[in-house]
Amino acid sequence: MKAWRALTIAGGLLLLWQALVSVTGVAAYILPGPLLVGRVFLDNAKLQLLIAHAVVTGSEIALGLVLGCLLGCVSAVLVASSPPVRRWLMPVLVVSQAIPVFALAPALVLWLGYGLLSKVAMATLIIYFPVTAAFFDGLRRTDPGWLDLARTMGGSRWRILRHVRIPAALPALSSGIRVATAVAPIGAIVGEWVGSSAGLGYLMLQSNARLQIDVMFAALLVLALMAVGLYFIVDAGLRRVLPWQAEDGGSRTEE
Amino acid sequence: MPNTPAPTVRLHAASLDYAGAPVFAALDLTLPAGQTTCLLGPSGVGKTSLLHLVAGLLPGAVGAAVDEHGRTVQGRVAYLAQQDLLLPWLSALDNVLLGSRLRGETVSPAATDQARDLLARVGLAGREGDRPGTLSGGMRQRVALARTLMEDRPIVLMDEPFSSLDAITRYDLQGLAAECLAGRTVLLVTHDPLEALRLGHRVLVMSGVPATLGDPLIPAGQPPRDPANAALLGLQADLLKTLSRAKARQDAHQP
Repeated sequence: MKAWRALTIAGGLLLLWQALVSVTGVAAYILPGPLLVGRVFLDNAKLQLLIAHAVVTGSEIALGLVLGCLLGCVSAVLVASSPPVRRWLMPVLVVSQAIPVFALAPALVLWLGYGLLSKVAMATLIIYFPVTAAFFDGLRRTDPGWLDLARTMGGSRWRILRHVRIPAALPALSSGIRVATAVAPIGAIVGEWVGSSAGLGYLMLQSNARLQIDVMFAALLVLALMAVGLYFIVDAGLRRVLPWQAEDGGSRTEE
Repeated sequence: MPNTPAPTVRLHAASLDYAGAPVFAALDLTLPAGQTTCLLGPSGVGKTSLLHLVAGLLPGAVGAAVDEHGRTVQGRVAYLAQQDLLLPWLSALDNVLLGSRLRGETVSPAATDQARDLLARVGLAGREGDRPGTLSGGMRQRVALARTLMEDRPIVLMDEPFSSLDAITRYDLQGLAAECLAGRTVLLVTHDPLEALRLGHRVLVMSGVPATLGDPLIPAGQPPRDPANAALLGLQADLLKTLSRAKARQDAHQP
């Protein structure tokens, strides 16, 4: 049923695209129709090209996602567990977000080169904050009743963090990771646009310059499919790991 | 019966301010050894705060609960709240074993067997592996009771543990709790005069701003008492009148 709905939406969008092209009669070098773009995938050489560049962009996104999530989790736990760390690290976090990643892109390419590294750094940077903020928020909002209970049981701060606060914050972390998954491709593509020798962003710029508009749109399509696919994989994974999060776990304290 | 003898718990000259106004000042409370003391009073009078103070969960307050030898009771207290405070990501069995985890003890097979026995004792044999989300409110509070018994503390503090349950479940659980907690020093905070009369060796009414404790009411016979007892129903009517007057005074004091 779900797959059927996804197929219907995809088919509907393709029809709309074709209809727009047919009705307006727009030139193929402005907006090629889906059939024209689809033909790119049948051309073996172009398909090889797309796959090669998609692999590069995909690894940038995946590495950035893993690195950004790890860094975000570590920072959130540090910030939540120690007030002095919170006072020193929070301003740094906020400043890091006040500078748009787009503005940092040229500097990162300058420092880390045209290769994978600068794009992974970009994706990591863009992911880091939503993950940290969401997880920290979850860690801060542990049900006070749970903390009271854990204290009467004689739990140390570290064990309460490990057995109560971190698990209780996992649903919040998972929302952070979902947001991160959705924005990770932005980091990678911005990096590729600013300076690169491979990746779907690079391919789009190149084919645009060479008026290979069909290849450009094919690259865009592949990117969109990758982003959507990644999101669904991550979403399904998180649901599997946190089966209790749909239930209401919280409770209130009175008086 | 608990493993360690139940102490008499004393609180002397306890004071607590909230938002600049005294909640209670120079308050004395005695919980006789091995007996259940029930605390009644209008909402917002400070019953829960007093219970938290005895539990050592109120850092801003003056006064600490001690036993008859003047030693602190911290570490000898188990806490059962209105919310079951079960961790939704743990099974019923693991929730019962939470205290051992928080103290960093390795969970021995003997401890696991004991937790299973306690779950069976509260009527949940066969539900050990179920997560709290799949259990009813009454079952969840039964797991919380088993968790309290697993802690095997000589002092048990209960904050309206049955108030969110339906009448029949509440009646059953009151009987079960009285049976399981016999011989311990128990403080039960409740809204329900009949519950207090059914379960308490002594019933105290807390009222006024700042709050004071009335003279203890000692109903005849041993708890759990039969709620159909005519003398008990008479006392309930008296208590309701007292509480109603206390509430009126409380309301008159609100700005």
